[in-house]
Amino acid sequence: MYKILEKRELNPTVALMVIEAPAVARKAEPGQFIILRTDEDGERIPLTIADFDREKGTVTIIFQIVGSTTEKLGHLNVGDELVDFAGPLGNPTETEGLRKVAVVGGGVGCAIAYPIAKKLHEQGSIVHSVVGFRNKDLVILEKDFEVCSDVMKKMSDDGSWGEKGLVTNALEELIKSGEEYDEVITIGPVIMMKFVSELTRKYGIKTIVSMNPVMIDGTGMCGGCRLTVGGETKFACVDGPDFDGHLVDFDEAMVRSAMYKPFERAKHEETCKLFRNA
Amino acid sequence: MKANMSPVKNPMPSQDPIERGKNFKEVALGYTKEIAMDEATRCLGCKAMPCVKGCPVNINIPAFIAKVAEGEFEDAYSIIAESSSLPAVCGRVCPQETQCEGLCVRGKKGDPVGIGRLERFVADYHNDNFKGEVVKPETNGIKVAVIGAGPAGLTCAGDLAKAGYDVTVFEALHVAGGVLVYGIPEFRLPKTIVGREIEGLKALGVKIQTNMIVGRSITIDELFDDGYKAVFIGSGAGLPNFMKIPGENLKGVYSANEFLTRVNLMKAYKEGADTPIKNSRRVAVVGGGNVAMDAARCALRLGAEEVYIVYRRSENELPARAEEIEHAKEEGIIFKTLTNPVSIGGDENGFVNSMKCVSMELGEPDESGRRRPKVIEGSEHDIPVDCVVMAIGTSPNPLIKNTTKGLDTNKWGCIVANEDGLTSREGVYAGGDAVTGAATVILAMGAGKTAAAAIDRYIKGE
Repeated sequence: MYKILEKRELNPTVALMVIEAPAVARKAEPGQFIILRTDEDGERIPLTIADFDREKGTVTIIFQIVGSTTEKLGHLNVGDELVDFAGPLGNPTETEGLRKVAVVGGGVGCAIAYPIAKKLHEQGSIVHSVVGFRNKDLVILEKDFEVCSDVMKKMSDDGSWGEKGLVTNALEELIKSGEEYDEVITIGPVIMMKFVSELTRKYGIKTIVSMNPVMIDGTGMCGGCRLTVGGETKFACVDGPDFDGHLVDFDEAMVRSAMYKPFERAKHEETCKLFRNA
Repeated sequence: MKANMSPVKNPMPSQDPIERGKNFKEVALGYTKEIAMDEATRCLGCKAMPCVKGCPVNINIPAFIAKVAEGEFEDAYSIIAESSSLPAVCGRVCPQETQCEGLCVRGKKGDPVGIGRLERFVADYHNDNFKGEVVKPETNGIKVAVIGAGPAGLTCAGDLAKAGYDVTVFEALHVAGGVLVYGIPEFRLPKTIVGREIEGLKALGVKIQTNMIVGRSITIDELFDDGYKAVFIGSGAGLPNFMKIPGENLKGVYSANEFLTRVNLMKAYKEGADTPIKNSRRVAVVGGGNVAMDAARCALRLGAEEVYIVYRRSENELPARAEEIEHAKEEGIIFKTLTNPVSIGGDENGFVNSMKCVSMELGEPDESGRRRPKVIEGSEHDIPVDCVVMAIGTSPNPLIKNTTKGLDTNKWGCIVANEDGLTSREGVYAGGDAVTGAATVILAMGAGKTAAAAIDRYIKGE
């Protein structure tokens, strides 16, 4: 069992939890993920590692309540336990040798972008963060990004936080103003990663995206997380989750990720009802 | 006792085919005491014991069958348990027709003795009636690590525990059992049976750590640093193969691993399960092995109206167990043999709606000795389907290979091991699908057993 040591609500639908998981904390690196189950009948869901503390043996996860399992997770509190917490899974994000990087995060994807920005900052790389949310109520990790960024661009769809516009607008401005990046690392909704990759292709900047497809085991067994990358089938769990953004078939990834949407919506409503009646 | 010379094996009492097509309960119900004792008298007790040579774990078959004939079922169990850690499992899933029963003298004129059915009967009798305490062997305090709680790993762990070792099994998933829990369906191997066998191992002192992905959570070198004196790799062949044909990434195309994992491990067949599975009307399962039969029969039980097995060779070459093919046919699975998919088509929302196939004919034998299938020109045809399951085999997961220096693998990614299971690394043994590529439960168990004996000799410095 894996105990919840800390819980904070970052915005109305996004929460942070610190979990006691020494075996995962011992090996975790930015860019990797875990698979958890909330209860014995629960499904396995992948969540990215937002932070870790090897000495304390803890792993931080940040999740948005979008379905039944994240709804159940959101109702758990400090002292409660998760039945399963397996990891770390996937390959860590490669940061070696990078001198100057633009880290582009969107929405809850910022929870994944942040530990990467932090690692880059700690290794002495110049970090330009471009962070976007729909509006100011959804902003997470603002202070954390500020601490590890040499330049930080804040964007919102409605202008209620930072500048009004998309992350691609801010990134293109930076590039046009003469900033030269070794790499762009982008994490967020698939559609955002697609447009960031299209932009950087135009400027010939290597771009890494972090994919989060439907997954069951997370160890290479089910193949449900397969993506087309450069015309080849890849498994996000063992070959990724990071891939060259200029090679990923984002349109296919978007279609595939919507496979269980109607089921998930119905299941989420059912779970919400259970909690309301409880 | 005079031998029963009936040429016919006692039939297995089974659920009605139409009824069972709608439920996930076990299909074969098992022999009663009376049927078992009658079947046991069909054994001639030959001195040469050809059946034993066909058993990968060398169970003393005539001896246990003689005890069944006498009605001494616990004695029969003790004889089996000397050689097998998981008899209730093997009695259900072994391909007996190509192993013990394939060599039975009675099979020359009529049916062989129902050895598998008798093994199952004895194991179930013991599990239902044994009231004594399991004697935990005295521990020698020497730590051995086993990677993977599937048939190979569990067998190896059981034998090492019996020899006194302090055994810890590291399992990547949230439950122990490997393919016995994620792959083989409830109706063929009830999970309570697997659970009981695993509890039996725990009673022997075997520790099982779930959620530990060796290669990620911990490496083999770190296991040695932690004081383990030897390591057995039984991590299986988990990575699913695809055909690499157009349309394979459409929604509704599953690997058999994903399809079966959703259904068996995650219980997607149960009302109210958290893990979803697509509701399908017409399902094509590509492949002809046991996994293909399992997937097809699961699809039927999930409510599909038509389920096809699509296989490129002829019915004679189907690699599945005879009983599984028979059961699948009884349940109404449609066999499209000598048929091979060339592409999968989808609708405007990215869901599968058809599969384009070609018809095949058998040509000259290939290196495996089976006649090579050839495409018949102009035979392209579409099959309307809304779900495709690819059951064309699996490859070993590269995680351990990539994180263990000096561990040799062959061109298929299988770990190279000698006849004792020893790999290119000192103290590291391997067996089962991780070494052979996808094979059977019993072969994996045989490899686990051999490696356990070799590990014991290695640690004792013999």
